[in-house]
Amino acid sequence: MKIIVCLKQVPDTNEVKIDPVKGTLIREGVPSIINPDDRNALEEALRIKDEHPDTLVTVVSMGPPQADVALKEALAMGADDAILLSDRAFAGSDTWATSTAIAGALDKIGDYDIIFCGRQAIDGDTAQVGPQIAEHLGIPQITYVEQLDIEEGKVIARRALEDGYYVVECETPVLLTAIKELNEPRYPSIKGIYKAYREEDRVKVWSANDYDVDRENIGLDGSPTEVNKSFTPPGRDSACEMLEGNSKEASRDLVVRLKERKII
Amino acid sequence: MAIKVIKEKCVGCGACVTVCPADAINMIDKKAIITDKCIACGACINKCPVEAIFKEEGNKGGVNIDEYRGVWVFAEQREGKTLNVVRELLGEGRKIADELETELTAVLLGHNIEDEANLLIKYGADKVIYANHELLGVYTTDGYAKVIYDLIQERKPEIMLIGATNIGRDLGPRLSAKVHTGLTADCTRLDVDKENRRLMMTRPAFGGNLMATILCPNHRPQMSTVRPGVMEKAKIDENREGIVQVVKPELKDSDIKAKVIETVKSDKPVVALEEAPIIVSGGRGLGGEEGFKLIEDLAEKLGGVVGASRATVDSQWIEQSHQVGQTGKTVRPGLYVACGISGAIQHLAGMQDSKCIVAINKDPNAPIFEVADYGIVGDLYEVIPELIQALDNVDDIMEAVKALSNE
Repeated sequence: MKIIVCLKQVPDTNEVKIDPVKGTLIREGVPSIINPDDRNALEEALRIKDEHPDTLVTVVSMGPPQADVALKEALAMGADDAILLSDRAFAGSDTWATSTAIAGALDKIGDYDIIFCGRQAIDGDTAQVGPQIAEHLGIPQITYVEQLDIEEGKVIARRALEDGYYVVECETPVLLTAIKELNEPRYPSIKGIYKAYREEDRVKVWSANDYDVDRENIGLDGSPTEVNKSFTPPGRDSACEMLEGNSKEASRDLVVRLKERKII
Repeated sequence: MAIKVIKEKCVGCGACVTVCPADAINMIDKKAIITDKCIACGACINKCPVEAIFKEEGNKGGVNIDEYRGVWVFAEQREGKTLNVVRELLGEGRKIADELETELTAVLLGHNIEDEANLLIKYGADKVIYANHELLGVYTTDGYAKVIYDLIQERKPEIMLIGATNIGRDLGPRLSAKVHTGLTADCTRLDVDKENRRLMMTRPAFGGNLMATILCPNHRPQMSTVRPGVMEKAKIDENREGIVQVVKPELKDSDIKAKVIETVKSDKPVVALEEAPIIVSGGRGLGGEEGFKLIEDLAEKLGGVVGASRATVDSQWIEQSHQVGQTGKTVRPGLYVACGISGAIQHLAGMQDSKCIVAINKDPNAPIFEVADYGIVGDLYEVIPELIQALDNVDDIMEAVKALSNE
């Protein structure tokens, strides 16, 4: 079986801080990580490989040259091949253009049974690129996968809903997006790290010239959406009244105020 | 389209570097250099004191946008009942349609649910397109995307709003790729540029640390998924009239590749955070899973439900369905009690529209106090039991306060 895992290198947004004076993001020292949902996608692919050793797991990412760090980590976890799509022509892509650029590369790799993505990336939270890749490739999709069984030529997945789940059956090839309930990702092995970093050229780099993709459909100009402006969220217009005294006094004061304002 | 620097004009002041949300400007030899990280938001253009930065309009493809008219709302139903978010979309869609002086259409896919179709009119739709088919009773990506795609091609709406549910976020991107148009995810605010008939879609970016307003200038429909709980619900008007058009789509079993073979409803009670009038939330300050027992006690005393910060969900102290914030739920209750929550922006984004916010935290400098109406600095393990006791004795306390003020 051939599985392609799409993953994104993202800044760890849990670590992003706001400069309290200027109201801008402080990015220095924010570590880059493999997007958490993508890590679940990779883990699931590796589990399938554990069970069916003839499985080939290829990881693909689009990003700047330094995103190869994320791909090397994926190799160290057990992926077989890694391809980084990196080209100035991709810069500024929205989800439509990003999915177009990635779908082109997946088409060139070809012959896949499963394409695995994370549900969404923590720096954008859109959850759009996976389904858009599936549409560009003309294959079915199952998103929000929380449990997966592989049978001959088909997958049976539990896709999560807010109030339950659907069991969905689909013949391969199919694109799946993973959520964190799916599994507990493994750590890279020492041997894996050694191999991923010692051997040169484990990560292949493809530019937009290396495969068939329409230049008009990638990058800023290929993006249907554009950012009009960005701004820090307006604060809430409230002056906080601090209730002084010990816990008992403060609690009583609070209850009185809430009662007087008819909030409780 | 790209942001460019006129080198001759640049004085190297660095104002653009500090304002750039994408960290895309480097200062090299006292000249601003725009790197590949640029998202072309234009923040630097306004900031530059010497007008050395400009936006170069590119040659984008697109469609003849004048052929597209009308606002559509996807009326998501489960088990034959439309979701609350549909009422919210109708409320917002009505405003947008009125501003653009055009029609509001609800698109309902299902099987034998005429009553729901009629109800959508009463909630503000001018027209309902009701696709009735046995294969549309339960949502499938393939079935729904095909039917709605065909309708869009035939009738050409200029705007389409979809609830950002687990299903809406499956359908939206599939449709946008099929139609070749832009989609903006999880919008928290929609405005209209009437002159250009553009939808201005505002959403949190960078994990909720920034807001971005997104446009889709040259492609139609302008598509947006909207977070449940954010927009105000349309009110019912029993006398409202409109047109329900029933369509029978051409759909075969073989069109649906990913088949739903079983639907299971969780037997756990649904945490209706978006509907709750009072929410008591716990954060990292609880110190552990057991802390939520105390939060539950207070919530029960107040007649509210339990919310949680992202940190506690990530630590698996509580289930994700309780999570409030950018990656959780957006809530606007009458009373929000934040216990041991520091107030990261991604959390604030999900609760700062609450009518009254109470913060209990050990750290007097915690950002949560900046959005709170009332704050108590202290150990929540001491404060909450006192608070519960005060609530038990609320009548006596109020009597005492009254007696005091009468003296």
